[in-house]
Amino acid sequence: MKVTVDEAKCCGAGQCVLIAPDVFDQRDDDGIVILLDAEPASDQHTAVREAAAVCPSAAIRLDSDD
Amino acid sequence: MSHNDQVLSYPLHYDTALEPPKEWEQLRGQCPVATIELPSGDRATLLTRHEHIKTLLADARFARPTAADNAARVAPAGSGGVAATGDSSLAIPDKGEPHQRWRRLVGKYFTAKRMAALRPSMTATTERLIDEMVQQGAPADLKAGVGFPLPVYVICDMLGVPADDRHRFSRWSDMMLSVTRYSQEETHASMGEFVQYMSGHIATKRANQASDLIGMLIKESEGEGEGMSDAELLTTAMGLLVAGHETTANMIGKMVAMLLADRARWERLLADLSLVRAAVEESLRFDVNHGFGLRRFLTEDAEVGGQVLPAGTTVLCGMSAANRDESAFDQADQMDLGRAPNAHLAFGAGPHSCLGQALARTEMQVVLETLLRKLPTLELAVPAEDLQRMEGLLVGGLREVPVRW
Repeated sequence: MKVTVDEAKCCGAGQCVLIAPDVFDQRDDDGIVILLDAEPASDQHTAVREAAAVCPSAAIRLDSDD
Repeated sequence: MSHNDQVLSYPLHYDTALEPPKEWEQLRGQCPVATIELPSGDRATLLTRHEHIKTLLADARFARPTAADNAARVAPAGSGGVAATGDSSLAIPDKGEPHQRWRRLVGKYFTAKRMAALRPSMTATTERLIDEMVQQGAPADLKAGVGFPLPVYVICDMLGVPADDRHRFSRWSDMMLSVTRYSQEETHASMGEFVQYMSGHIATKRANQASDLIGMLIKESEGEGEGMSDAELLTTAMGLLVAGHETTANMIGKMVAMLLADRARWERLLADLSLVRAAVEESLRFDVNHGFGLRRFLTEDAEVGGQVLPAGTTVLCGMSAANRDESAFDQADQMDLGRAPNAHLAFGAGPHSCLGQALARTEMQVVLETLLRKLPTLELAVPAEDLQRMEGLLVGGLREVPVRW
């Protein structure tokens, strides 16, 4: 799985950080998403998929091999 | 509804507080882009499908109507608070780069991590409120005892505004969010009081270099062209105070009512506390009393579900109806406390998606966890079908949530 984020679209809702804190964070100075791990291990995939599905600004993209 | 000449009167009628209006299913299925008549008598376009609403809310060209837009009015002449009438004195940039800049200035104080750091103090406040409610004896109104005061204490603490003034905030907030409940004279007078109150607070904070959210925003705005103008700061502080408690206070009451309406739901949570996060999301999705709905004013033509809506249209997004859309959620009319993912639209979507959603989520999770732990025997003190809806405001909720334990 390969994760990309669109900072321009991000609205800082923080859902991704609540759901997959090992993969996403938010910048302290504007609340915008930080991608901590662009190729998360398989035990993170369910959480990352959930984060992408519920992102209110559709700012998380997944390219999945599996 | 399937005929173009038939216009639905909005808001729709609810037979009981926790059940959806019967028109929703038919609207989503046969007339997802419907013409409605607002309390003002003006016409607007109601959307009820998840996909349509998500797409429109994600479209950065459009925002909530302002007084200058000549949009469909919500409230009848002579009534309506500023949140309904779109008073142009509320100076927050609503589109494009200026809006994004404003949002990021404020949004950084509402990140998931900052909200998680508030959990211990939120939990302590919730415990105290529950203890006070228990001391007074059953039955009690959970909304008045816990749902309303917790978010007020939290937002007051963040903004550095005294929670002792909460009854005034509650009144000002209802006035701002009024559709038909108060006259325009009343809402104007109360806005004047609110502006004066908050201006006074900002002046004091400016003098004292306060370290709360308002103080930080003042500090960031000191340099020429940096941060916010004085008018933006005032509107932001007032907006955060109102938005920071009214919607969440109502949602806490509705969440508890829905979870207790079928006690098997409550039992399931007692048996598995790890469901709390998902249960909060499902409560947000399942809520049929979201309120009036988000409005968007079309400044140019927009396509919705293959249909072109002309520039000048006022669109109303029925998020509660969309949250029951079978094409977006399996068994949408079932409350499934483990539902994941749960891409509900309770906080909107796109660039205007609720700024305080991490705060609201954290508050709801804390209240639910603490109630389950301290009052496992909690139950509704009235039959669910006797619960009464609040009416006449933009925000939806129950008047009271009578409980016993």
